[in-house]
Amino acid sequence: MTTPEVPAGAYLDHAATTPMSRAALEAYVAEAGRPGNASSLHSAGRAARRVVEESRESVAAALGARPSEVIFTAGGTEADNLAIKGIFWGRRRQDPRRTRVLVSAVEHHAVLDPAFWLAGHAGAEIVLLPVDDDGRVDLAALRAELAEHSDEVALVSVMWANNEVGTLQPVRDVVRLAHQHGVPVHTDAVQAVAQVEVDFAASGVDAMTVTGHKLGGPPGVGALLARRDLPIEAVLHGGGQERGVRSGTLDVPAIRSFAVALAETVAARPERAATLAALRDALVAGVRAADPEAVLRGPDPASDDGAAARLPGNAHFTFPGAEGDSLLYLLDSAGVQASTGSACQAGVPQPSHVLLAMGVTELDARGALRFSLGATSTRHDVDRLLAALPQVVERARAAGLVTGGFRAGGAA
Amino acid sequence: MRVLAAMSGGVDSAVAAALAVEAGHDVVGVHMALSRNRDQFRTGSRGCCSIEDAGDARRAADVLGIPYYVWDLSERFEETVVADFLAEYEAGRTPNPCVRCNEHIKFEALLDKATALGFDAVATGHYAQVVTHEAPDGTVSRELHRSPNDEKDQSYVLAVMGPDRLARAMFPLGGFASKAEVRSEAERRGLSVSAKPDSYDICFVADGDTRGFLRDRLGARPGEVVDTDGTVVGEHDGAYAYTVGQRKGLGLGRPAADGRARYVVDVQTSSNTVVVGPAELLSVDRVAARDAVWFTTPAAAAGGDPWDDAELQIRAHGAPVPVRVRATTGTPRRDGSVADDGGPGMELRLTGTPLRGVAAGQSAVVYRGTQVLGQATVADAWRG
Repeated sequence: MTTPEVPAGAYLDHAATTPMSRAALEAYVAEAGRPGNASSLHSAGRAARRVVEESRESVAAALGARPSEVIFTAGGTEADNLAIKGIFWGRRRQDPRRTRVLVSAVEHHAVLDPAFWLAGHAGAEIVLLPVDDDGRVDLAALRAELAEHSDEVALVSVMWANNEVGTLQPVRDVVRLAHQHGVPVHTDAVQAVAQVEVDFAASGVDAMTVTGHKLGGPPGVGALLARRDLPIEAVLHGGGQERGVRSGTLDVPAIRSFAVALAETVAARPERAATLAALRDALVAGVRAADPEAVLRGPDPASDDGAAARLPGNAHFTFPGAEGDSLLYLLDSAGVQASTGSACQAGVPQPSHVLLAMGVTELDARGALRFSLGATSTRHDVDRLLAALPQVVERARAAGLVTGGFRAGGAA
Repeated sequence: MRVLAAMSGGVDSAVAAALAVEAGHDVVGVHMALSRNRDQFRTGSRGCCSIEDAGDARRAADVLGIPYYVWDLSERFEETVVADFLAEYEAGRTPNPCVRCNEHIKFEALLDKATALGFDAVATGHYAQVVTHEAPDGTVSRELHRSPNDEKDQSYVLAVMGPDRLARAMFPLGGFASKAEVRSEAERRGLSVSAKPDSYDICFVADGDTRGFLRDRLGARPGEVVDTDGTVVGEHDGAYAYTVGQRKGLGLGRPAADGRARYVVDVQTSSNTVVVGPAELLSVDRVAARDAVWFTTPAAAAGGDPWDDAELQIRAHGAPVPVRVRATTGTPRRDGSVADDGGPGMELRLTGTPLRGVAAGQSAVVYRGTQVLGQATVADAWRG
């Protein structure tokens, strides 16, 4: 009954969401059957509270944090909002001059949108830190910005690993520069935790976002790890749970399931990372062989220093002359599930802000496709993609000539 | 067959997709995003362009259990339909954007992309029928016919697609005699759009305010309204916003000398002048049209009289009138000659009562009974 389903076909979209692990699903179902509000003082409440606190200790241990630093949230977006808005307001309360928010240009919308919301509603000034061709944040730009405006900076937010192209960011360097000016750093580590070593204390960051459904846990639960001395204001007000920073009745089954999945993922991570990297290398080589025109975006794992510079489970390509939505449809009908990797409103694909920030042209960005591997991925999934790909790309290019603004011969 | 069902988010296209699924086809739903800056919610009777409509289409596809995609055709829509709309009005003509959308978007951009991706046909929720004939040698010919639902019949706006594209089009609602029947089919299948109101307005013109849209996009160009003697009788913000045959919204200060209603009888964009006059000046019985598309060329029997009997329809819901029609090479002129533009043209002579208010730019569709013979764009109309 509690056996999770493996996605049908070749599921190459683990960066969107991962299938739940068996242990996580079992933990969820077991807790969902028990009564108890973790804030209640009676025995049912105490039992629920114990589950939450054990989960908190487990999450902290898995991520190199202290239990008191774990604030459970309803997922990554909420944790990012709490970090950006909460730290902005907390720092500005200490010193009203601190209105600048420094974020990399390739952040997820869960970081960018609250930052720009603050600009529109709370007098924040947003500084988008540029990135290089591989999507890595420009440290010189950060250094210059901090040197010029150190008194005015509320916080810096740079993700651990990019959700589209898998680029790992130099988070420790960011921390070193920011801390020289006493500026706190937030990092969105949602994509990283399942695939590379992430240690909250050792990294030096002041706040870090993690979420359940990218590591074999359930959706709708996550956490913001935040140092106790970090000034942070509540975003959700109410019953005062989670040190008053995040009110709301705790979702005990989700929290327990998340903690189980996280512990499981971290224990399996070294071995899994090696497996994923080998599969990813086969995928990258196979795509390049199937379509020599395909362009790998982000650090090249086939290069000397590239393999360590991106997530082992991520491969991202642009296919010149093809549109991402055509590729997606054709792959889907061939039983291969991938993603264009960019946010869609009502399903209308917009050129990815990540690719544009990396200097990719809008036309090239239209042909983006992200393949992301995870715990359930097999060589068979990769083979199925590679078998379908030549015809898929050919057809998508033919369709691109019709409506994609692409012209025969390449350039439009 | 692999069928792409174009899904606007309305009830007609949802039921059309359902019927395609039930006919055993391998169906994928596609919603066309035609505007870059889409409204979040549907307002009034604009029926295709909001994000809410895209959500309705997605919900219908989910109920039918078919894949669903949004295709962004907004650039192409702007370059063809909207650009043509503006250029035609600016030139003093009266375009039909739904005809241009069928011509350039639904049965060109969408259909060609679908074909390139491996689909055999595009199914839409239009009310029209395709009648197929197979000759003894196996060749198949297709005719476009009116829907039995007179009120909803859309053969008029579909005629522009011509016979080749008709071979890759499916109209599953073609046989439905009433909209109520379609709504009950939607309800029966649990499609939540069953009670959604019909759409009528031009989808890209907010609030149905065509004149306001034209003024925003083309800029105000004040000028004079004159009567047929050249006497100035009023002012306007741009001659382009007027249509031959228009009576309302002229804002004339002085009543006509004879006290009768005045109509726009001519729009002269070169001098930015709107000419008004009595209704009888609008009566025409000769029509010349350009860019003709034929399903069946009149008097196909070679060597005979090129003039054929048919009926002409000039508006989406206009009544057909008896005509003699002939196909020309080059656009016909008033003196009986043809222009040397070389394009396929259409010449029409009304045999019954004259038509009132035929404007250049309108679509002229020629029928015989329920069958569409051809379609062209009005270039000129006069009293012969």
